[in-house]
Amino acid sequence: MALTEKEVRYVAELAHLKLTDAEVQHFMPQLDSILEYIAKLNELNLQGIDPMAQVLAEGPPGFALRRDAARPMFTPEVALANAPDPGPGLFKVPRVIDKE
Amino acid sequence: MPVETMIAPEVRARYEVVIGLEVHVQLLTQSKIFCACSTRFGAPPNSNTCPVCLGLPGALPVLNRDAVTMAIKAALGLNCTVNPYSRFARKNYFYPDLPKGYQISQYDQPLAEHGWLEIELDGVRKQIGVTRVHLEEDAGKSLHEGFADSDRVSYIDLNRSGVPLIEIVSEPDLRSPEESYAYLTELKTIMLYLEVSDCNMEEGSLRCDANVSVRPRGAEKFGTKTEVKNVNSFRFIQRALAYEIDRQIEIVEDGGHVQQETRLWDSREQRTYAMRTKEHAHDYRYFPEPDLPPLVVPDAWLEEVRRSLPELPQAKEDRFIREYRLPKQDAALLVTSRAQADYFEEVAKLCGEPKSAANWILNDLPFALDQHGKTFSKDTVPAANLAELVTEVVKGTITGKIGKDVLSEMVGNGTSALEVIAAKGLAQISDPEKIAQTAREIVAANPKQVEQYRSGKTATLGWFVGQVMKATRGQANAQVVQEVLKRELGGS
Repeated sequence: MALTEKEVRYVAELAHLKLTDAEVQHFMPQLDSILEYIAKLNELNLQGIDPMAQVLAEGPPGFALRRDAARPMFTPEVALANAPDPGPGLFKVPRVIDKE
Repeated sequence: MPVETMIAPEVRARYEVVIGLEVHVQLLTQSKIFCACSTRFGAPPNSNTCPVCLGLPGALPVLNRDAVTMAIKAALGLNCTVNPYSRFARKNYFYPDLPKGYQISQYDQPLAEHGWLEIELDGVRKQIGVTRVHLEEDAGKSLHEGFADSDRVSYIDLNRSGVPLIEIVSEPDLRSPEESYAYLTELKTIMLYLEVSDCNMEEGSLRCDANVSVRPRGAEKFGTKTEVKNVNSFRFIQRALAYEIDRQIEIVEDGGHVQQETRLWDSREQRTYAMRTKEHAHDYRYFPEPDLPPLVVPDAWLEEVRRSLPELPQAKEDRFIREYRLPKQDAALLVTSRAQADYFEEVAKLCGEPKSAANWILNDLPFALDQHGKTFSKDTVPAANLAELVTEVVKGTITGKIGKDVLSEMVGNGTSALEVIAAKGLAQISDPEKIAQTAREIVAANPKQVEQYRSGKTATLGWFVGQVMKATRGQANAQVVQEVLKRELGGS
């Protein structure tokens, strides 16, 4: 197995997931097998082939660009409709900053 | 501005300061970078939002062409090479004002690179490298203070989410807070000339983060840097850097190690303090943005933008010195704003007296505007009107001193110089006969002073000149007054 427990815990932390020790052991082989599967691509000889930035074909000049024009879309009520805890016209979240 | 410090100058002299600046400039578009929501500042919170900038599932970004054009313009103004092919990348991190959980930015293939701008400090010019200019979207605005429950919660306004920004990263070429200040001022002036941003710091359309470190003079290796954020004026950045430099020198002098961290400037306490956030994992896991095709800038587009570039401040300054024979100081002051520089050129061309025009624009006009609580605009005193005033003063129709009053009148009422002069009968009196009449009256009324003058105290002449000027409300031609008085007093 190539993936380490430390890496699993690190990735979980980046993703804001709290895993129990048992879950770490449970997911490690699963993640590892995904990586192993993807690693198969490394077997291809890609000499002389530039990496693609994106799978869409390149279009004509100006392709996938829009003109700079503004139009109204959501009202604050609609914007906040899915918020679990809407404040006064604002999204309300746990405090994220502290002074030293 | 000298900053109060705690480090002895001879200690500070042993260290070299290394500063690099990251400046975010908001582009002056109508709509956001990846959606058609308005960028208008001051709209009710969360009213300029849509599925794209709220990061709702399934929403897809479409790049704003004019934002790219403005970014190219800025890049060219900073002497960058614009890459014909660049791409967007996702910068992944969790913060509540970042609804998608990633910011669309550019990473390994930015729009433009390898530029520079020139600063001038104490008459010495220095090139500061511009590492890169890239396009990205802004995050929303977090409101941490000012609500009853601000000790527990933060509030988020996503109007700013998706507003187009360029990030301009400098090389670590700056060696002092003063150089940093000069760099920022020059950068801002260039952006204003290019009309790609309003650079309004209060509204956040120009923001600056500074990376700063110190190392013993002669050392190869950079010291550990700190990043200073949250500074909302150039003067404060200068002060924050001065503070931070001394703080770091003190740590190193005491045998300690500078901690790599983000620090915030507190303008009230005039110090920086370490920022503590609950989001501490800094691994952005950049990868190419799969929802956007690569950004291709064909030559034709680049050339079109290049052709639209105005003359930039430093080139203009050099030309003003060359073409109008202006002193360097005047030229430098005139070009600090494009509107003022253009105004100067118009006035200078109309009156044919560039040096006088510069003096009026730099000294007397601001004073007159200030008297009426107005600020400069090319329409307050149309260039033709100011040119007329300069011409009348040079011709001697009115004295320079009265010219200032006329200008004040022109600013207040929007009238032309000739109108004011005619209406108030301010034209200079140069007719010796008219002046002689007044002079004779004053000579007759002051026998004591006449006696003094005739007994050899020729300095009394000045007093007589003053009396005549007073009697003519300053309208008399001072030279003619002197000649006439000498004749009248000349011991006949």
